[in-house]
Amino acid sequence: MLESRERLRPCEVRDLGCLRYADALAIQKDLVEQRKQGLIPDQLLIVEHPHVITLGRNGHMENLLANEDILQRAGIEFHPSDRGGDITYHGPGQIVGYPVIDLREWKRDVVAYVRAIEQVIIDALGESGISAGRLDGCTGVWANGRKVAAIGVHISRWVTSHGFALNHTTDLSYFQYIVPCGLTKPVTSMRELGSSVSREEIIAALSRNFAKHFELELSRDREEAVLSYTETFS
Amino acid sequence: MIDVVMPQMGESIVEGTLTKWLKKPGEHVDRDEPLFEISTDKVDTEIPAPAAGVLKEVLVEEGKTVAISTVVGRIDESAGNGASAPAAAASKPAPAPTQPPAPAPKAAEPAVAPPAPALTAPQAPPPSAPKPQPAAAQVDAGPLSPLVRKMAREYGIDLRQVKGTGAGARITKQDLEAYMSAQGARTMAQASAPPSAVPSPQAPQATQAMTPVYSVPAQQQMPRAEAPRARVEPMSTMRVKIAEHMIMSKRVSAHVTTVHKTDMTRVAKMRERQKAEFQQRYGYSLTYLPFVIAAAVDAIREYPIVNASIEGTNIIYHNEINIGIAVALENGLIVPVIRNADEKNVIGLQRSIVDLSTRARSRQLKPDDVQGGTFSITNFGSFGSVFATPVINQPQVAILGVGAVEKTPVVIDDAIAIRSIAYLALTFDHRLIDGALADQFTSKVKSILENWSEEIL
Repeated sequence: MLESRERLRPCEVRDLGCLRYADALAIQKDLVEQRKQGLIPDQLLIVEHPHVITLGRNGHMENLLANEDILQRAGIEFHPSDRGGDITYHGPGQIVGYPVIDLREWKRDVVAYVRAIEQVIIDALGESGISAGRLDGCTGVWANGRKVAAIGVHISRWVTSHGFALNHTTDLSYFQYIVPCGLTKPVTSMRELGSSVSREEIIAALSRNFAKHFELELSRDREEAVLSYTETFS
Repeated sequence: MIDVVMPQMGESIVEGTLTKWLKKPGEHVDRDEPLFEISTDKVDTEIPAPAAGVLKEVLVEEGKTVAISTVVGRIDESAGNGASAPAAAASKPAPAPTQPPAPAPKAAEPAVAPPAPALTAPQAPPPSAPKPQPAAAQVDAGPLSPLVRKMAREYGIDLRQVKGTGAGARITKQDLEAYMSAQGARTMAQASAPPSAVPSPQAPQATQAMTPVYSVPAQQQMPRAEAPRARVEPMSTMRVKIAEHMIMSKRVSAHVTTVHKTDMTRVAKMRERQKAEFQQRYGYSLTYLPFVIAAAVDAIREYPIVNASIEGTNIIYHNEINIGIAVALENGLIVPVIRNADEKNVIGLQRSIVDLSTRARSRQLKPDDVQGGTFSITNFGSFGSVFATPVINQPQVAILGVGAVEKTPVVIDDAIAIRSIAYLALTFDHRLIDGALADQFTSKVKSILENWSEEIL
């Protein structure tokens, strides 16, 4: 209980709205650099991407079922990425969170970090009436045996980037482009799980729980900075 | 020299996978510059160099998982900045116990360096191997990877004795392992030979009787460390998914397999007659498979439950007949689907098979091509199997396996005849399909094939 007496560290939450994957990467890169230099406090970026399939550093191209032609015709971008994990899909109706935090100020433990991110999502879903949990050996958040949120993280000198993607009202059919023939575990969304919580509400719940688990105090007072970012990159 | 170690990225973490070296041996690296990347549980982490210098050695290859604190590489601080030093091996400055008090103080030898006591212990090196002289040996051996050099040094192997199978006869790690296991086998043979070769004149029987008994523990005491008996390789994601699917299917469905011996003579004759023309006209050969598919489709029309799936306590009867065809890939398998197979004749089915299997092997399948299957057929006969018990492709409820068609003597009307026989194996989900129905269905397939009207292709 000693920790709770310590002062909460500041954290800025920025809801950047809809943003292309490459632009979000550029913003993260910039913020990571600033965070390493101690110029800014911890950050939680929330974005929504247009259709994009991204492949983690250790991903396998064979999990991309469609060739690039088909993706192009379907209006889906393809983007290799330096996060952990394999292939995944982002798109409208998904809440993507990119925490840029310095783990030296929390716990120097990457696994604890991933577990905490899972807990943030599990708790936020719980508040929205969805009972979700973990599946042994399968990082992410699961409900009814289906994956509702995916996690992939990159860490450089204990500063995090990338993060999680929670299917809110995602059109799940887009996941077909990356799963060979039902040989994988199915995905689901909050909507499919019967929740009608709005995007704003779930983002608020995520932010609140994020602050709780990482012992942070949230602020939103740099919204102009957010605006200037989106202008620069969109 | 500074050891670069696999860092501990969290309390519960005992190992990490080195996914990428960001510097090559011989390259200069600044202190705190990202040197390599590791991966643990969906987290990729860049690891900065503990000191400035030249990356001398890479001891852990990309893709390998090692325990924390394992030395993964060495940085030479003394090599001035910018020194590219490609002749890394030759210049080996006094490797005294300098163990600098750098960021990686805990020396971390244990995991990597079993300092070869095992191999040298039992007896003098095997006949052919002269005294280990690694330095000299390396001169003739051509370019060597740091790993090979390290292994040779640690195990005292004369690299001139090792045959290289890599590019340009380069010696690879596998070559070393093969060499070491060959040596291991030889020393074992020598160890167990003497007792029986020198029988005691007084009690020959006793000695002989006892030799085998004693030779067993003797072998077990032989050095095991020198040659890895296994190679650890992470599964590809496709492999993991196939594994998951197979286990899931076995858990979900009550698998039962029934086998019907089928006389394919009529089909064989027809195929024989049409083969050349078919090949010429369509550019690919006519196989047995489209006949079996056509027969299965006909039988499905009569027994639609074979084409169903289960959802909760409901039976979903599919109106479409979409036949999945198991296609073996280099390192896995995939089951592309012939949609509306009931609308195709044998030629159309053969064309679909060729198209799907070609695209499966060249990874050109579209998502649609692998979805919506309602029944599957697997043609293990093409690999020579006579019959097998296939696993159901979920959420389907049955799969038909086709064994090799072989000329076989059979009894027909009390006379022995030579017929082309194949075994058809139907695996069905006993939750939904009972044995009687499964056999009726398979009999139907059999009877269609046995009575194939020779005019119709």
